[in-house]
Amino acid sequence: MSFFEILEKNGWYFFTTLLSGWPATLMVAAGALVFALVFGLIIALMRISTWKLVRWPSTAYVEFFRGTPALVQLFVIYFGFPDWGYQPTPIQAAVIGLGMNGAAYISEIYRAGIESIHRGQTEAALSLGMTPASAMQHIILPQAIRTMLPPMTNFAIVLLKDTAIVFAVGVLEVMALARQLVTETLTSAPIYLMAGAMYLCVTIPMARIAARLERQRQAWH
Amino acid sequence: MSKAGSGAAAGQPLLKIQDLHKRFGLLEVLQGVDLDVARGEKVSIIGPSGSGKTTLLRCINYLEKPSAGHIYIDGTLIGEKKVGDRYVHLTDRELARERQEIGFVFQRFNLFPHLTALGNVTVAPIRVLGLSREVAELRGREMLQKVGLGHKADEYPERLSGGQQQRVAIARVLAMQPKLMLFDEATSALDPELIGEVLRVMRQLADEGATMVIVTHEIQFAGDVSDRVIFMDQGRIVEQGPPRDVLGRPSEARTREFLKHIQDR
Repeated sequence: MSFFEILEKNGWYFFTTLLSGWPATLMVAAGALVFALVFGLIIALMRISTWKLVRWPSTAYVEFFRGTPALVQLFVIYFGFPDWGYQPTPIQAAVIGLGMNGAAYISEIYRAGIESIHRGQTEAALSLGMTPASAMQHIILPQAIRTMLPPMTNFAIVLLKDTAIVFAVGVLEVMALARQLVTETLTSAPIYLMAGAMYLCVTIPMARIAARLERQRQAWH
Repeated sequence: MSKAGSGAAAGQPLLKIQDLHKRFGLLEVLQGVDLDVARGEKVSIIGPSGSGKTTLLRCINYLEKPSAGHIYIDGTLIGEKKVGDRYVHLTDRELARERQEIGFVFQRFNLFPHLTALGNVTVAPIRVLGLSREVAELRGREMLQKVGLGHKADEYPERLSGGQQQRVAIARVLAMQPKLMLFDEATSALDPELIGEVLRVMRQLADEGATMVIVTHEIQFAGDVSDRVIFMDQGRIVEQGPPRDVLGRPSEARTREFLKHIQDR
């Protein structure tokens, strides 16, 4: 059968099957993003601390998670955590794994954003009687967010694509279903191409948003 | 402007600096400065760049941590407390509390670009003093009016001229009702034609009885508004006294040389 005959015959079946993987893909991506946003901020604040004892573990964290493959991290969490008494579900392992990995990258986006704000802003806030924490919350972060939004959106795109590896710990997301279809029907190109097209349908609009944010970030209002 | 002395003795200086030293690495920027400023007094500090005047000012509200020496405002130690016979640094929260009483006007304004003029003037009263938005905005508009910018309340800093930005910065300080105001070369970053409007506001504050310590290169202005002029060089106070003495007939050679240098500019 030719490529098009296969698509004509099984296309709708492929499409609906792959579509049923999207809830898991989106759930893992969204969960990992929230995890990375929260945990990454903590790591970033630790990294800019004046205390060595606080700074050191956060630097080690970033080096470790950026320096080892995400798949290795996933396996450690899914297959290694049970040894320490916690058996995560595939989705939990995927969210924690991609989340912890993402936190390392996102903490650098936070840090660059925070450090892009002139020192005088902190000094002005402190001189008005704000605590360093309050100055960070009300003066520095609201300004830094404008610098951080475009790289954050890019990061979200990368994260969405990276969910394609979590089939390895048994999450039934788009890629896992694609592989199942391939073994089931013994055709591969049409299925993987369709899966890729589906990812594009989500990532292209996201990239558009990132580009728009990039253009807007100079203006204050 | 300044709050009533909180139980402080009448004769006690509002600001007292004792043997202040500040080192940056090997460089000793302040080499033992003693200074008393009375309530309502206006003191101008002049001197060549690198003489330590800005560092002295920044030490007063602990933007720089002194290497040695002590600072008191209304009899209260700034930045540290005495435990037994040792001095220990204050926590962030305690230090923030002390800084509320000290207004600082920066050379480069340092307005918050993400907030409007009114937002700049109300953020600290709301976040630090815990005022409601309504009360803070009422007070904020009043302060903007005072510096002649009531009509610019909703503008963002980038839409304001340098002179207007600095006046907003002064209003931002006034909204906290500080006991003491510090001005760090408040007009040095301004185009010449914008200096006058800022100096007018500062003069108005002086007339209302604020306690002010002013680091400046505007010798004429220093002479007009100050009760006392201090000449600093190489980390020390070289000479001080009424403006007509220090600026008119200085007794120290270094002061004469500096003033001559300024006039020749």
